[in-house]
Amino acid sequence: MTATEHVQPTGAVAGYRPGRTLRLSVELRRQFKRRRTIGVFALMVALPLVLIAALQLGASEEASENTRINLVDVATSSGLNFTLFVLFATTSFFLVVVYALFFGDTVASEAQWGSLRYTLATPVPRARLLRQKWVAALVLSVAALLTLAVVAVVAGGIAFGFDDIRTPIGVTLSQGEGLLRLAGMLGYLAVHLLVVGALAFWLSTVTDAPLAAVGGAVFTMVVFAILDQVEQLGAIRDWFPTAEEFAWTDLLQTPVDSSDLFRGVIQSLVYAAVFTALAFRSFSRRDVTS
Amino acid sequence: MRSARAALGAVLALLVTGTVLVSLPGTAAAAEDVRTEDARVPSGSGADAVELDTTLYLPASATADAPAPAVVLAHGFGGSKRSVADDAQDLAGRGFVVLTYSARGFGESTGQIGLDDPRYEVADLSTLLDLLAERDDVLLDGDGDPRVGVAGASYGGALSLLGAAYDDRVDAIAPQITWNSLTAALFPSQTGGADGAQPPTTPAATPQTEGTGVYKRLWAGLFFGVGSVPTGGLLDALGGGAGDAGDDEGTTEDTTADTGGAAPASAPSLPQLPDLAGVDPAAVEQALTCGRFRADICAAYQDSAATGTLTPEVAAVLDRSSPAAVLDRITAPTLLVQGTEDSLFGLGQADANARGIAANGTEVKVVWYAGGHDSQASERETAELRDLVAGWFSWHLRDGDDPARGEDPGTGFQYPAPTGLGSTLGSVQGGTPSVVADAYPGLDGAASTERTDLALDGPLQPVVTPAGGTPAAITMVPGLGSIASALAGTAVEIPGQFAAFSTEPLDEAVEVVGAPTVDLAVASPSGTATLFAKLYDVGPDGAQTLPGGLVAPLSLTGLSADPTAPTEVTVTLPGIVHRFEAGHTMRVVVSSTDQAFALPAEAGVYSVALAGAGNGGSALAVPTVEGQAQADGGTSRWWLLLGAVVLLGLLGWAAAVLWGRRRRRVTSVVEPDGEDVPLRFEGVTKAYKDGFVAVKDLSFEVRRGQVLGLLGPNGAGKTTSLRMLMGLIRPNAGRISVFGHAAGPGAPVLSRLGSFVEGTGLMPHLSGRDNLTLYWAATGRPAEDAHMEEAIEVAGLGAAIDRPVRRYSQGMRQRVAIAQAMLGLPDLLVLDEPTNGLDPPQIHAMREVLQSYAATGRTVIVSSHLLSEIEQTCTHVVVMARGQKIAQGTVEEIVGTGGAVLVGLADDSDADRASAVLSGLPGVTVERTDEGLVADLGAQTSRAQALQALVAADVAVDQFTPRRRLEDAFLALVGES
Repeated sequence: MTATEHVQPTGAVAGYRPGRTLRLSVELRRQFKRRRTIGVFALMVALPLVLIAALQLGASEEASENTRINLVDVATSSGLNFTLFVLFATTSFFLVVVYALFFGDTVASEAQWGSLRYTLATPVPRARLLRQKWVAALVLSVAALLTLAVVAVVAGGIAFGFDDIRTPIGVTLSQGEGLLRLAGMLGYLAVHLLVVGALAFWLSTVTDAPLAAVGGAVFTMVVFAILDQVEQLGAIRDWFPTAEEFAWTDLLQTPVDSSDLFRGVIQSLVYAAVFTALAFRSFSRRDVTS
Repeated sequence: MRSARAALGAVLALLVTGTVLVSLPGTAAAAEDVRTEDARVPSGSGADAVELDTTLYLPASATADAPAPAVVLAHGFGGSKRSVADDAQDLAGRGFVVLTYSARGFGESTGQIGLDDPRYEVADLSTLLDLLAERDDVLLDGDGDPRVGVAGASYGGALSLLGAAYDDRVDAIAPQITWNSLTAALFPSQTGGADGAQPPTTPAATPQTEGTGVYKRLWAGLFFGVGSVPTGGLLDALGGGAGDAGDDEGTTEDTTADTGGAAPASAPSLPQLPDLAGVDPAAVEQALTCGRFRADICAAYQDSAATGTLTPEVAAVLDRSSPAAVLDRITAPTLLVQGTEDSLFGLGQADANARGIAANGTEVKVVWYAGGHDSQASERETAELRDLVAGWFSWHLRDGDDPARGEDPGTGFQYPAPTGLGSTLGSVQGGTPSVVADAYPGLDGAASTERTDLALDGPLQPVVTPAGGTPAAITMVPGLGSIASALAGTAVEIPGQFAAFSTEPLDEAVEVVGAPTVDLAVASPSGTATLFAKLYDVGPDGAQTLPGGLVAPLSLTGLSADPTAPTEVTVTLPGIVHRFEAGHTMRVVVSSTDQAFALPAEAGVYSVALAGAGNGGSALAVPTVEGQAQADGGTSRWWLLLGAVVLLGLLGWAAAVLWGRRRRRVTSVVEPDGEDVPLRFEGVTKAYKDGFVAVKDLSFEVRRGQVLGLLGPNGAGKTTSLRMLMGLIRPNAGRISVFGHAAGPGAPVLSRLGSFVEGTGLMPHLSGRDNLTLYWAATGRPAEDAHMEEAIEVAGLGAAIDRPVRRYSQGMRQRVAIAQAMLGLPDLLVLDEPTNGLDPPQIHAMREVLQSYAATGRTVIVSSHLLSEIEQTCTHVVVMARGQKIAQGTVEEIVGTGGAVLVGLADDSDADRASAVLSGLPGVTVERTDEGLVADLGAQTSRAQALQALVAADVAVDQFTPRRRLEDAFLALVGES
């Protein structure tokens, strides 16, 4: 063996480039074959179908009261309406869990399997590992969200007709306009839920137990959702990470009142940035003992 | 590392700054320290003398040297000075001296309610202005003339209008949701011309009743009910009330004169109870039915409540309390705030005030907001209104050179952005954004309101008015607004009792801002009719929304009795701000009944049609106001913020990338002999946070081609050392070099390393082959460098390589993991306990794999706690215990080959002879131990020679084994741990 032919000046073996390690496609392939991932996507497909069945079976009389536009009443008027209802029903918990799962599981589960140390010794630089994991989790989360929406639009359309959106106040939005607004809502949700994702991601770098990371993030969100019910807290609640989680319904108005949407987006981005920064900070200093 | 922390800290600091930026625009001006002074101020004279309960809010900045302008805050009906405490605190925090007080008849103030009577309540205001003029911390315009503004809502709003009319010391006013004419508000009839002009010039011009109207009985009852609750105890009411009333109206005589008009609320009532016997029953009745109202007002109410008609006496009382007649006296700049959800004092009232005041050339600004008597303003709207009022006073009360004066609020017009949401269904969270126009249309000098004509269609329809007025349509409940929001349905119309006229579905959305008008043709057999006109928003599915829950009552007289020749009347519909969506229709409904109003008792049938039915029907004229939608939530501000956040994010990212590049460029010092020394530990120490020292001052090196065994009992620090080598754990001290490069997290040189440490790390959901393929893909190196087939051969799993790993046995996983470590044929292979879980043939095969691997010039490190394992696999050994190296050398050195041998004899009596034979060999020393003879053979004599010598001497040798000196020590260590 000739000693130095196959070695770069950095000491790395020929063919090794830090920027090519753990490419996104590789990470997605690693994640996508997991039962967890397949299960979530199956659920995303199943949920609208279950809801359609439920709506076909029973009346929606017992819909919960809320101060916002109540989308349950008009859930069955068109496929797009049904999609709005599905989003409405999943925003505060289901989607939170999905985001927490994809983001919270990503590093901690590798630590649990013990594959993390081999990946790091490859070596994939730690910051790059986190970045790729973060992006992969985002791709999977958004894909899940889109799956849910697409299945809801298509299945809802077949069940309730491909019609215009009709809001509870009798305002109708044409299909084209409705799809555009739906895209806006999905975009908003994708960004807003980053708060949960980034929090779960941070926890994932702190603990070796995926359940702790996912559960911790969901638990935090639930606690804030409960605190949000406490009127006495007043305007403090506007600063909660859960604040404005339903602001996407503002996109149903004409003209759109965008201030809550903006606030939601900016607040989420700032929260997400802080949690992500914490994740990078804690992971770069951590001794990997798993 | 330090620079890394600094960079991260900088990124975090940027992010935190971003957060602060987000919060900045939301915060109000910093509030000053405010102290309060309570005082009871006597006002009025004679029998009308009262004591007013006042509180003065003094900001720290108001001193004798720097006097501040003052603001008097008047409360709403049924409230007291405490209801405006928050507003007062806020205004005082902005540097105004604020005076709040309970009006006479309310709160802790004494006296009776005179409904903003110029002789009483308005005179009280003048008394309070005198009081302010005496203070040295209040800015003065002249002797006894303070620089003062007056603000208030509803009852307090009318007081500020009347105050400005009657006392010209008032310098600015900000009346909110108040009336122009109480007569028009309580006995409305929205028919006929509004301001003489046809169509009206202002958006919400609403006819003010002259003579007759429909009694708004629910509201009036509520209004009166609040003031008629006997407060302060029965005796107090009797004492104070009877005394006052006796003088002014002459209806009762003095009773308990001793208590006078100033009996405090806390007057002990029990000792006086016996006196009740002497009380006039009429006085008791008056106290019970009228409470704290003045007797004349009480009588007027009872009169109108009983008959539902406006008598001249009632009109006199109400007109006295209305600013309508005295608007021409107001010269103080006026900010008129009115709510769109107000069935008591609608937008028309503010419209009339604005017209009246602007006619004098006085500055008027009109603001409509989404709220009013029917609905609470949201927190955000309340804050915005406070800002508006404070800005108004700041500009009009502060001196021109005062830096705190702020911007000129101008004389524009502001209204909530029209939405399709009625008050019927939900609300927009956080309030609606505002639309701003340059001026209130139709006011002095400004262009008239634009009106769009929309064709209505509908035949002549009979409208039945039922006897006794029931059943009646239900549209609104006072204080709750439209009935729909309370009962979650739509307004209730009774079939047969209404006529409806609709437009075609709208081609495009219409935003109505103000009061639409429509011409109707009405006939009534009796010549009179009481009707209620309203404008519904009808969705494509037929769902009806009544914007604001508002109704325009019509009291018509002198009508034609002939349905074929009806009388034409102009009807002004309620002032609204509403967006009628495209596809919706506007429906004018004229009904004969409404729950909230007094209805005629006689049954009748009216006929209602659109005016001008012969020539295509009349049109609905809807006012629209061009305005600039104000980025109320500050949409532009949000864009800026979003931009700032994204920019900060990008900056942070760029910083991280640059930092990463720099780190990559900083390569460590490369040791020149790197290629020959694949691994070198120099003084490496690792102590965990809990104080446990896992590795202490460890130094050794491995040369190329060696198979190094790392030997030690469990917990000796072997795995920790390997983890440090892999960059998973940072050592506290020392340096680890791999091929001369410093090893550490992410060090590129680690790419020459293959490792298998503690656990297989395989992904259970993938097959063995997929695990290997994906692992290699993750390295990003060319696939042909992997030598995949060789690795799979090492694993030796056969067809099982394609089964999911979760079904593998421990040994199978182990072999796949070792194959994974050997992917790419690394120059340095590190294996931690590689033979655990393998069966003997596999262990044997593994040994051969490792030895042949090292024979190619690569280096292998194997850790184990088994000496025999190391002995059979390795060429060199490092022995560790408790984190420290205790020995290092070749296996021969460590195992003792060529050193000592233990000689076991078949017969112990041969010991002396054997000892002599061995001692005779060159360089050999012998010693006796419990186990037998131990001979140190030295360098010159081999074991074979020694054995031959013994056999030749005919010594029966039972055992002849290399003596492992180390093993004793090692076993002792294992035993201890």
